[in-house]
Amino acid sequence: MSAGGQRPAYAEVVTRALARDVDLPGGGRIVLVTLDNGLDHTRPNTFGPAGLAELEAAVTAAAARPDVDAIAVTGKPFGFAVGADLTAVPGVRSRDQALEIARTGHRVFRRFADSAKPTFALVNGVAMGGGLELALHCRYRTISAGVPAISLPECFLGLIPGWGGTWLLPNLVGADRAVTVIVENPLNGNRSLTGRRAATLGIADATFAPADFLEQSLGWAGRVLRGEVTVDRPEPDRGPAWDAAVGRGRAAADAKVHAAAPAPYRALDLLAAARTATRDDGFAAEDEALADLLLGDELRAGLYAFDLVQRRARRPVGAAAPELARPVTKVGIVGAGLMASQLGLLFARRLQVPVVLTDLDQGRLDAGVGRVQAEIDALSGRGRLSVEAAARLRGLVTGSLTLDAFADADLVLEAVFEDRAVKAAVFADLEAVVADGCVLATNTSSLSVTEMAAKLRCPERVVGLHFFNPVAVLPLVEVVRGARTDQPTLATALAVATSLKKSAVLVRDAPAFVVNRLLTRFLGEVIRAVDAGTPIPVADRALAPLGLPLPPLVLLGLVGPAVALHVAETLHAAFPERFPLSGNLAALVAAGKTGVYTWGPDGPSVDPDVAALFPAPTGGVPPTEPEVRRRALDALADEARRLLDEAVVAAPQDIDLCMILGAGWPFHLGGITPYLDRAGIAERVTGRRFLPPGVASLR
Amino acid sequence: MPRPARDVVFVDGVRTPFGKAGPRGLYAETRADELVVKVIRELLRRNPGLPPERVDEVAVAATTQTGDQGLTIGRTAALLAGLPHRVPGFAIDRMCAGAMTAVTTVASGIAVGAYDVAIAGGVEHMGHHPMGEGVDPNPRLLAEKLVDPAAMVMGATAENLHDRYPAITRERCDRFAAASQAKLAAAYADGRVQPDVVPVAVRSAERGFGLATVDEPPRPGTTTATLAGLPTPFRPHGRVTAGNSAGLNDGATGCIVAAEEVAAELGLPARMRLVSFAFAGVEPEMMGEGPIPSTERALRTAGLGIDDLGLFELNEAFAVQVLTFLDHFGLADDDPRVNPDGGAIALGHPLACSGVRLMTSLARHFAGHPEVRYGLTAMCVGIGMGGSVIWENPGYTGAAG
Repeated sequence: MSAGGQRPAYAEVVTRALARDVDLPGGGRIVLVTLDNGLDHTRPNTFGPAGLAELEAAVTAAAARPDVDAIAVTGKPFGFAVGADLTAVPGVRSRDQALEIARTGHRVFRRFADSAKPTFALVNGVAMGGGLELALHCRYRTISAGVPAISLPECFLGLIPGWGGTWLLPNLVGADRAVTVIVENPLNGNRSLTGRRAATLGIADATFAPADFLEQSLGWAGRVLRGEVTVDRPEPDRGPAWDAAVGRGRAAADAKVHAAAPAPYRALDLLAAARTATRDDGFAAEDEALADLLLGDELRAGLYAFDLVQRRARRPVGAAAPELARPVTKVGIVGAGLMASQLGLLFARRLQVPVVLTDLDQGRLDAGVGRVQAEIDALSGRGRLSVEAAARLRGLVTGSLTLDAFADADLVLEAVFEDRAVKAAVFADLEAVVADGCVLATNTSSLSVTEMAAKLRCPERVVGLHFFNPVAVLPLVEVVRGARTDQPTLATALAVATSLKKSAVLVRDAPAFVVNRLLTRFLGEVIRAVDAGTPIPVADRALAPLGLPLPPLVLLGLVGPAVALHVAETLHAAFPERFPLSGNLAALVAAGKTGVYTWGPDGPSVDPDVAALFPAPTGGVPPTEPEVRRRALDALADEARRLLDEAVVAAPQDIDLCMILGAGWPFHLGGITPYLDRAGIAERVTGRRFLPPGVASLR
Repeated sequence: MPRPARDVVFVDGVRTPFGKAGPRGLYAETRADELVVKVIRELLRRNPGLPPERVDEVAVAATTQTGDQGLTIGRTAALLAGLPHRVPGFAIDRMCAGAMTAVTTVASGIAVGAYDVAIAGGVEHMGHHPMGEGVDPNPRLLAEKLVDPAAMVMGATAENLHDRYPAITRERCDRFAAASQAKLAAAYADGRVQPDVVPVAVRSAERGFGLATVDEPPRPGTTTATLAGLPTPFRPHGRVTAGNSAGLNDGATGCIVAAEEVAAELGLPARMRLVSFAFAGVEPEMMGEGPIPSTERALRTAGLGIDDLGLFELNEAFAVQVLTFLDHFGLADDDPRVNPDGGAIALGHPLACSGVRLMTSLARHFAGHPEVRYGLTAMCVGIGMGGSVIWENPGYTGAAG
């Protein structure tokens, strides 16, 4: 998929359907069709028009041969097929085109279902989307126990499994399991099944070890053909359990996308109907749903977002030459607080080098190192680390009260109190100890990296590495380039981020960088509405149509009002007119409140103490729900445009990547700029779009 | 500590179909180690009484131990086949007698009590590893005339045999070769070959996956007339042709060898009992004579004479070399006890794997011949050697079957 700029003309990587006769040792002849796009396992088989035509020709020819007993389909080594070739989607402009894609897949795959000869799918490797649907169309399926991923990820991107999946799967394994595979797993971080698990769920009839999977599968097929093996499949439960499963799926979708993305709901409608619908009706309904979604902006934004996290996140734009990176063989962390402990474990686990924590007194230091050790024990206890790996990690993480332990460190990260003077002093102390090539990094969430480095002898070695809380969950690192940061320092920081399995976005030193700046501006509008008298639940509900992971004021509780206030103060200092300080927020912090809600068994309710803290607004009409939404979104559009105008990041794509990976903003918004474009907010507020039409939208 | 030697039995043997070496061959795009993996897994599948953790050693022979035949292939193939980590393995080489040496080595270990059960076999992917690949002969071999230059070219050593034994003519060789093809074709038609063969999935980037179930080298219908016209690549107007020699082939073999008492404990069949074995050296340029002294030595060890042997599985590297052996022991060219189902001339000879192929064939003949008590597997070996193993038929009843 191509995300930005001029889109190259669509050129299909054709998955060939290589047909070969197999004479089985016990008797019987199978035409074995191997799907193979001619590329290695990193470029899996996909289905475009030419590939489908070749598959159709192969199966049609085999079906017509009187000397053939059965037809089997398998994939190239390590890969069966991963579904439709989505690089063609940007070229789909009309409903007729969209319907053609849907119907072609059905027509070709149905040749396997409708063949008079038995058909077998021999799932030797990864099978996703249309690849799995092809297997579902076959009369029998075997699967390799070594297959790492079986899934129907369409709902994750904004599609449905519309080449038969929503009808075939529930009618094979029941609605309960089908809802898990088609709706819950895609929405739950796009989870997939192992081959063994898929077989347990009834998706395959037989499982064989990878070492001789094809031989054993063909042998099994022969026994089926000769009647030596019969396949018994339990009949799906078509009673109330069916609708209950669909209801469970709806609850999962509501919890995740809050009705803001159509795909999972369309899939659930089809799954509900599959209980009684004929196959023809089920497939026809899939055609319509697929056509609708293919022409929806949510899918276009989803594909754009997928491309960002798959490609742009791995090759940060504007990055220094990787060969300038210096090796990092020891890491120091200044501070042993909660965040520092999380970072200490991350560095030790991913870089496998010694990590030394420091803090001001033995008590805090012991607590910090102890937190890391306890987390290692927990990982080991859950079987996530072997005994040896845990022992190695424990040995890597140590504490020191003095900075001289950093003398041979290659990177020292400070994670102390968010105060510029304190951080500058830490760096000054460090510079007296560390070697010349040592990178000094700050995990500041809002302060100026340039100012922190200003008084140093070597300011060019300072860089920002802004991680997001919880460190183990959120994949983003904002790599902050100070005014004096040199290329080897930047390259080292990016290499470290990659080794940590984080996605780096390169940002210029500017107050609060990208994620916190946008979230603070956005949250500021919501808080301003509350300050003006909009009830808290109304203000929080205003953004629900976007389908964000959390309502803004729930997020405030998660971040912590004190942290939010600190970032707001930094931004207020830089841009007072856009980042006013809320007296209510300050009061919340002063009262030691951890949020505006209290959490009961029925979910959040407004904390009565908070209601009492907030003074009654002085006159004026409080903003309504739509007004709050408009103000918040307008503010986002304005601030995002300013980030680009100030060259804090290179392109709108970087803003979106930051919001997806650092704030968990959803694919159907494409992060945020595709939504601001398609809703007309960007043009109304800033006079222009962020992305050209067609990049992350239909038009 | 007195340590009685234990009897060793051959439990079961299988092989892959043999392919023709080269870019158009059956296994051109299939790894050599994968062939070994299929063999090991089939042995375990056929013998469910053998718990995988009871395998004490995996000995795999290959002449060229690099690339997909490298990395201590006995160990890596065991891991790839899913044997437990605790099962060790090694790689072994005696050129054509590699698998035979793998068997005699683990059998020796079993006899002294070091192992209870072992897997032994061999592989040669002559398409991926052409003969002579990567060799670097010490110049002294030729400079000091330690070996004749002809010793390095197996076909030339076969021509040398013709010089030494002029009674063995090309016509006799062609007749022997045609008979080998005919015997194998008959065995195929009777279904006697297929039970020892494990199917192998083969991939071609151009044609997709297929399944190898039958041997590629045989040329059924070969006659002395068709053979008479073939060129003699090793010598102008020579006698050795592609038709009266084994070809260049790919394939793997394997077998389970066990202490007889352990096989009984696990309920494993004892298809053959090891009687004696021997290896012997000859002039390298007369490589094909090797099985004569090795067989004489093995007979002497066993206290047997040639007449005690009721079945022979002789590796047909070259017809002239088999005929040299037969003439020496006074056996007829068409003695029905010799290679009853044909041999390497028809079936192929993927160097290091052939020894176990001979044993698997002999075990199958034993089952059908309870009147035969002793049989021989023997082969010539490059650089002037021979290897011989004498086996006893546990099903021997003394009566004709």
